[in-house]
Amino acid sequence: MIELENVAYSYGGGELLSDISLRLQPGSFHFLTGPSGAGKTTLLKLLYGALLPTAGHVTLFDRDVRELSRDDIALARRRIGVVHQDCQFLNHLSVSENIALPLLVSDRDMLVEDANLRELTGWVGLSQRANALPPQLSGGERQRAALARAIIMSPDVILADEPTGNVDWEMSQRLMRLLIELNRMGKTIMIATHDLALIRAAKSQVQARVLRISNRRLQLAGADL
Amino acid sequence: MKLNIDRLRGLLVGDEGSGRVVPPTGFTAWLTLFAAGAMAFLAVFALALSLATSRLADRWGDALARSSTLRISAPEGQISAQTEAALKVLQTTPGIATARALTSGEQRALLEPWFGPDLPVESLPIPQLIEIIEEDSGYDGAGLRLRLAAEVPGAVLDDHTRWRAPLVRAASRLRLLGWVSLILIGGTVAAMITLAANAALAANAQVIGVLRLVGARDRYIAQAFVRRFTLRGLSGAAVGTVLGCFAVAFLPRSDAAGGFLTGLGFHGWHWLLPATIPLLSGAVAYIATRTAAQRTLRDMP
Repeated sequence: MIELENVAYSYGGGELLSDISLRLQPGSFHFLTGPSGAGKTTLLKLLYGALLPTAGHVTLFDRDVRELSRDDIALARRRIGVVHQDCQFLNHLSVSENIALPLLVSDRDMLVEDANLRELTGWVGLSQRANALPPQLSGGERQRAALARAIIMSPDVILADEPTGNVDWEMSQRLMRLLIELNRMGKTIMIATHDLALIRAAKSQVQARVLRISNRRLQLAGADL
Repeated sequence: MKLNIDRLRGLLVGDEGSGRVVPPTGFTAWLTLFAAGAMAFLAVFALALSLATSRLADRWGDALARSSTLRISAPEGQISAQTEAALKVLQTTPGIATARALTSGEQRALLEPWFGPDLPVESLPIPQLIEIIEEDSGYDGAGLRLRLAAEVPGAVLDDHTRWRAPLVRAASRLRLLGWVSLILIGGTVAAMITLAANAALAANAQVIGVLRLVGARDRYIAQAFVRRFTLRGLSGAAVGTVLGCFAVAFLPRSDAAGGFLTGLGFHGWHWLLPATIPLLSGAVAYIATRTAAQRTLRDMP
């Protein structure tokens, strides 16, 4: 599905990631952890083609990312839902319009998709906030809206970068339950987080692989997790 | 062809979604509208100048090329005899269609702009003028001069070449100036819209990043900007063109004493030509924005 093979990434003269190999199998659940600045976000960007590796190979859906045109990468991203810590909304559009954005840019028939949109907005608990603007939402509501936008195209893979970074414990548990539910539907999930308590809590509910970036390399986390 | 029609339809009717995803951009909208309007207003005048000078060059080039003037300067008692002799020579010269002596009224009318209406032409030693109209084949000027020198010693033949050539050249230069002005105006519109589009693209870098993140193709993103700037270029130029046409329409009318500047304007079907200005402005805006958008998007992840 998505595979990194001996990938390295350098930025500003220094190597941020080195010799990273990783394969995201369909239906798998991964946590990616490591200290701030370790390269978690960079690794996620490599996984959805926002960055090109300086060495090694990234394969997106059986094709080397270097061989993909910009249009091909755009099409690949429709199969990868991304949740950012800062959510990245368009603040002049309503919550439901932001959630529907992937449908809009894919030229889907919005009349046909309207029922799905309503159902999804209800599933993440934002039915009452559908017409609000993003700045009017709380941190938890923003993260749930970002998750809804990431999954509205029913992607094969969901990549979440610190999705619980700006929410309280109760809300982070609620978000995790949504992600675990998506994994049970067959979606491949990778969550980058430095919140070890969140990982420990999730491991009791889902069979997850925990990866850690340490000294520019990726390794399986120890038994403490 | 179908692709082009679809593109045109997409441009004019538009995609509500792609239009909405990019937030309104206040100052660039007004900048584009104003620039397109002002340039279209100037383009109307440049077009009018080109067309007026074309007409003038044609008139000087064609109409005057078919006429000549014979001037007879002789002592007072010999004017009539020499005029008669000259007319006889002219009537027997191959290539001359008609030749006639101007009446004193016509000569007074020619001098009126300089000496006023009460000039006593009869009492002044003014040369007699004979108007010569040529046939299409023209006449042998050198041969005619030789005959006149022998038979009408006071006659001087002026075939207008000496003063017509620089006037035609000046009119041609003015026409060229008009077209160069139109090209410069088009270039200025392109530059202004490129600047405005670049500013809008830079101001919306975050929006473009989000759109790329959710799987938007470059064509979809570019369309939102291209459509917006093309319609602004088109509508701004339409307003400028209408105002320019009104201004041209209310210029002083052409008359015999007014010189060529009072003839600046459109005649007949030429009034349709300014309608091409908004279309060209829209086309320039389309190309400029599309190029700017493609260049900017290419540099984004």
